[in-house]
Amino acid sequence: MDLSTIDPVALFAGLVVAATPLLFAAIGELVVEKSGVLNLGVEGMMIIGAVCGFAAASNSGSPVVGFLAGAAGGAAISMIFAVLVLVFLSNQVATGLALTLFGLGLAALIGQPYTGIKPPDFEEVHVPVLSDLPVLGELFFQYDLVLYFGVAVVALVWLFLNRTRAGLVLRAVGENHDAAHSLGYPVVLIRFAAIGFGGACAGLGGAYLSLVRVPQWTEGMTAGAGWIALAIVVFATWKPWRVLLGAWLFGGVTILQLNLQASGFLSWLQSLGIPAQAQYLSMAPYLVTILVLVLISADRTRARLNAPACLGRAFTAAG
Amino acid sequence: MLRLEPRPNSSALVEMLTPVVAVALTMLAGGILFAVLGKDPIVAIDTIFIAPLFDPFSRSELLIKATPLILIALGLSFGFRAGIWNIGAEGQYVMGGIAGSAVALAFWNVEGIWLLPLMALAGILGGALWAMIPAILKTRFNANEILVSLMLVYVATLFLSAMVSGPLRDPQGFNFPQSRLFHDSARLPLLLENSRVHVGVLVALLAVAVAQVLLTRHLFGFNVKLLGEAPRAAAFSGVSVKRMTVVCLALSGGLAGLAGLFEVAGPVGQLQLSLPVGYGFTAIIVAFLGRLSPIGILLAGLVMALTYIGGETAQFALGIPKAAISVFQGLFLFFLLAADLMTRYRIARIRREAR
Repeated sequence: MDLSTIDPVALFAGLVVAATPLLFAAIGELVVEKSGVLNLGVEGMMIIGAVCGFAAASNSGSPVVGFLAGAAGGAAISMIFAVLVLVFLSNQVATGLALTLFGLGLAALIGQPYTGIKPPDFEEVHVPVLSDLPVLGELFFQYDLVLYFGVAVVALVWLFLNRTRAGLVLRAVGENHDAAHSLGYPVVLIRFAAIGFGGACAGLGGAYLSLVRVPQWTEGMTAGAGWIALAIVVFATWKPWRVLLGAWLFGGVTILQLNLQASGFLSWLQSLGIPAQAQYLSMAPYLVTILVLVLISADRTRARLNAPACLGRAFTAAG
Repeated sequence: MLRLEPRPNSSALVEMLTPVVAVALTMLAGGILFAVLGKDPIVAIDTIFIAPLFDPFSRSELLIKATPLILIALGLSFGFRAGIWNIGAEGQYVMGGIAGSAVALAFWNVEGIWLLPLMALAGILGGALWAMIPAILKTRFNANEILVSLMLVYVATLFLSAMVSGPLRDPQGFNFPQSRLFHDSARLPLLLENSRVHVGVLVALLAVAVAQVLLTRHLFGFNVKLLGEAPRAAAFSGVSVKRMTVVCLALSGGLAGLAGLFEVAGPVGQLQLSLPVGYGFTAIIVAFLGRLSPIGILLAGLVMALTYIGGETAQFALGIPKAAISVFQGLFLFFLLAADLMTRYRIARIRREAR
């Protein structure tokens, strides 16, 4: 085993890139859940974003157009969910699942002509002086614009939820939709907007996956990232900054296991007589998700402290 | 003016009609989708939904594909009624298949009538134990069973990959990621000549009957319904949420595991990397399409099996990608959930009351 091939600076850089799709999807879902709606279709919206972003970027030659298309695609498909849940009052869990199944299928259908193509390159930002700093430059100033935008979205969501009146109204709708309705707030409209925002964020995350992180289009490429994003929201106990922490944690696990696979860790274990296989290392992100869920949920009072009280409940304007 | 008002009692007629309406709407929307893709919609719908019914081979395949869907959906329906969401049936199906195969491969040179029952038992246990992970994490640590069971699907799929390229790999298989072929006494007996219809079909039918009795004539079925519809009343009547969570997950996991074992010991005949084909997820739709009732699930399983077979035919006959099936399935569930509104609410005319 040669652990010296693992460069901590490159590891951090890889982690931040790997975390960005999760970051977008999770911060969007956080806003949706704060408005009192549980959308389990994150995986479906992400993969639609991935394929729309990839298709638009390769057809136009511009990654920026790709990211916009990814966000638009995610938002568009989230509207199916919104109509079913808010207008037809369907079960949110079942509808979210349907959205995931539908999204995975539709994305494979759209993406068929795009397998095996390379997307247009997305340039990293080069800040004079800062990007050229030895370690610091590599750690913080050598990413693409969308990655910085992701961190900015977290800050903006925090600002919106905690420091603006509109954010307070959104939280009120999530805590007690009947009271918010009595005060004259348009509950359904606010939830439509939140779901659309969540869809756009998930779409952006998906587009980042297919345009920067991988970068390629393959069927089912999200591989559970949408579900991990849902777990990150629980991990974050519905606080924006902890979403950033959660996304980086999961990004770190993913990158670390990939680096371990490359470092000859497995053949080292095998030389000790342990029947190690690469698949066991690949399980790490999923197992860590479960572990984190258990650790966070075990303390029931803390887990529920920030959970919106009306999460997952249907709203009808009575009377 | 029209408005929605809750129905005082759910109407049996509407409840029966909504799945039919959903099927019709799905065909319509699917037709539009194919037209957009540049395929003749009439030919596509005919190939997927109608033609398989008139072909004897397709008809027998229908039973083979419907068997796992019905078994898994039956198990899921109990949990769904009680508000316990096992989304990871696909993983339990895989683990059941692995456990059953491990038994078959352990006795790869020993034949006996006892082998199949032993494999079935291993399959059920494999699936049920895998489902115990979300059950225990839910009851002990309050961890969300939706997310845990789903994460375990990915873990199970990776485990399958590790098994077929490691311990369970065919020693004479030129390093292909698959196991030895099972010998005859480890294969499910066939029911019909010249087809692949196996005894698993009968087991699925039996399971429907048992589930029907359990749901309508047994205290367990009553408690499941009570927990789902009136959790507080259930608590007062002494129904333990924790015990129900464990039982419902064990039931759905066991049936999913059995379905996985039937797949490897039936049509496939060996453990392969391609074991998971999404039955565990499609079964969720089957459960809803069947209105969470056993008889309904039987019919819904046959309908969804049709989309699998028709989808396969369409793949080579019309060049429609395999993924089109899951688009259909997603649409199905969308329309079904939307149509469901009419079972719980009705459209009423608002009358101006005279003062």
